[in-house]
Amino acid sequence: MTALRGRAWTFGRDVDTDLIIPARYLNMKTAEELAEHVMEDADPTFAGKVKPGDIVVAKENFGCGSSREHAPIALKGAGVSVVIAKSFARIFYRNSFNTGLPILIAPEAVDGVKEGDELTVDLATGEIADVTSGVKYQAQPLPPFMRELVEAGGLLPYLKQRAAAS
Amino acid sequence: MAMTMTEKILARAAGKESVAPGDLIMAKLDLCLGNDVTSGVAIDEFEKAGFDRVFDREKIVLIPDHFTPNKDIKSAGLVKQMREFSKKHGLVHWYDVGRVGVEHAFLPEQGLVGPGDVILGADSHTCTYGALGAFATGVGSTDLAGAMATGEAWFRVPETHRFDFEGTLGRYVTGKDVVLFTIGQVGVDGALYKAMEFTGSAIRGLSMDSRFTICNMAIEAGGKSGIIAPDDTTKAYVEGRFRRTPRYYTSDADAWYEKTYSWKADEVPLMVAKPHLPSNTQPAEELNGVMIDQVVIGSCTNGRIEDLRQAAEILRGRKVNKDIRCIVIPATQAIWKQAMDEGLFDVFLEAEAAVSAPTCGPCLGGHMGVLAKGERAVSTTNRNFVGRMGDPGSEVYLAGPYVAAASAVAGYIATPDQIGGRRQP
Repeated sequence: MTALRGRAWTFGRDVDTDLIIPARYLNMKTAEELAEHVMEDADPTFAGKVKPGDIVVAKENFGCGSSREHAPIALKGAGVSVVIAKSFARIFYRNSFNTGLPILIAPEAVDGVKEGDELTVDLATGEIADVTSGVKYQAQPLPPFMRELVEAGGLLPYLKQRAAAS
Repeated sequence: MAMTMTEKILARAAGKESVAPGDLIMAKLDLCLGNDVTSGVAIDEFEKAGFDRVFDREKIVLIPDHFTPNKDIKSAGLVKQMREFSKKHGLVHWYDVGRVGVEHAFLPEQGLVGPGDVILGADSHTCTYGALGAFATGVGSTDLAGAMATGEAWFRVPETHRFDFEGTLGRYVTGKDVVLFTIGQVGVDGALYKAMEFTGSAIRGLSMDSRFTICNMAIEAGGKSGIIAPDDTTKAYVEGRFRRTPRYYTSDADAWYEKTYSWKADEVPLMVAKPHLPSNTQPAEELNGVMIDQVVIGSCTNGRIEDLRQAAEILRGRKVNKDIRCIVIPATQAIWKQAMDEGLFDVFLEAEAAVSAPTCGPCLGGHMGVLAKGERAVSTTNRNFVGRMGDPGSEVYLAGPYVAAASAVAGYIATPDQIGGRRQP
């Protein structure tokens, strides 16, 4: 798998789904529409600045709050290639796997990476390299079942395979 | 093997003798649920994946409640898609405006969820149904799509955290204060991925409505589910209402809890959660004088009949402060009718509060009471995140119906005692 590469955008703890995509936009559902408003209430200029491949780096409990899948859809739609955090809220964690937004748990990287740093991320190995500072970090490995889901191509293909096998 | 009630329910749904925290299971679902915000994406995913039939047309409930009655053209489109999907697949439990209510008040009221169930809902507050002694958890749209197609979902069996409240709650202190107190103690990720089991004499002394409020906000502590052991109160609620056969599970006396918190019920004050996290709590009394612009009484957290009675108890014989808009939103049609029959609307209207049709509306900044920049609300809803009720420069203070109603009268945050308590009619 080729490494992801992009600029780091750093956020604090408890970034909730209303910050990622405000509820007033939940009358929309396409990635294109939602991406225009991603992180709007945290930083109204974010959607205009983020570039394909960029990486969101946040502290604990990223994605807390509502079950809206619009949150990972909006991030992915804006070109965010991976979210690195100290921990993820439970529903956001499930939704990210289900929608194909890569997420990694890497507390040391979150503490070390600075806003604007250039990062490369190897999803297969979990290696995160901060090109700007020259420091390397290791993300926690994916639990085996989550790896199975990713390998199947997401939840629905996984369920289909499972139904076909039984 | 000793198990908690959550483990027993999940073992039953997975067809196993027992399960332990950390086990990964495929569980058979008793019911799955979507609303007008989450169903559109679920239906798209369902169709994109090439599924052509639902697993059981009696076990899927689609509820348009967030932006209904449709607030704009886009939300009308989302509901239209749900309606058409429901008709195409012959879904038994499709409810439209005039029959519907806020999902987590409506499903228990209609007997669609009950003790021992495993319920998957594409809404984070699905955890509400744990108040009936069920395992209920919120997921996103793709999980709902999978559930509608297969009737199953994967779960990691959660560790259980126990929250024990012994004794008697103080005057005007309700389930909302208990849950805000809990979240204030453990934080918004204090129970991340955990089952939150509420126990103790104070919990057993609560009505079903107050129990629903507690389990409703388990997600605000990061919980996967909230749960309360079924007892006579549960049985009285379920009898003649629940459409299937209840399965009553309780935790074994020697079940393992990852953490146990014990509090005395009389330590719980009337609580308020300040902007911008539900864990940012402070006793209401200490916030006396914080000026506000709006009060909202409603939602899946506090829009049930008991909540409306509590608000009416304070508003009876009084007026809402002239600088305040007070909006009351009964959560379902049945609650609406009951409130009307009990004369609560007379109280609200004489107090100069507005009464709305059932909707989630302002709770998520949808419609029916959105805040402008710089405005501040006291609300009986569940979240006070930045921009939750409108402009990102507005603020929401979360409270129970007693404090909300007292604040509407005062024009600033106040407890019932701070405005002179209840008045005799």
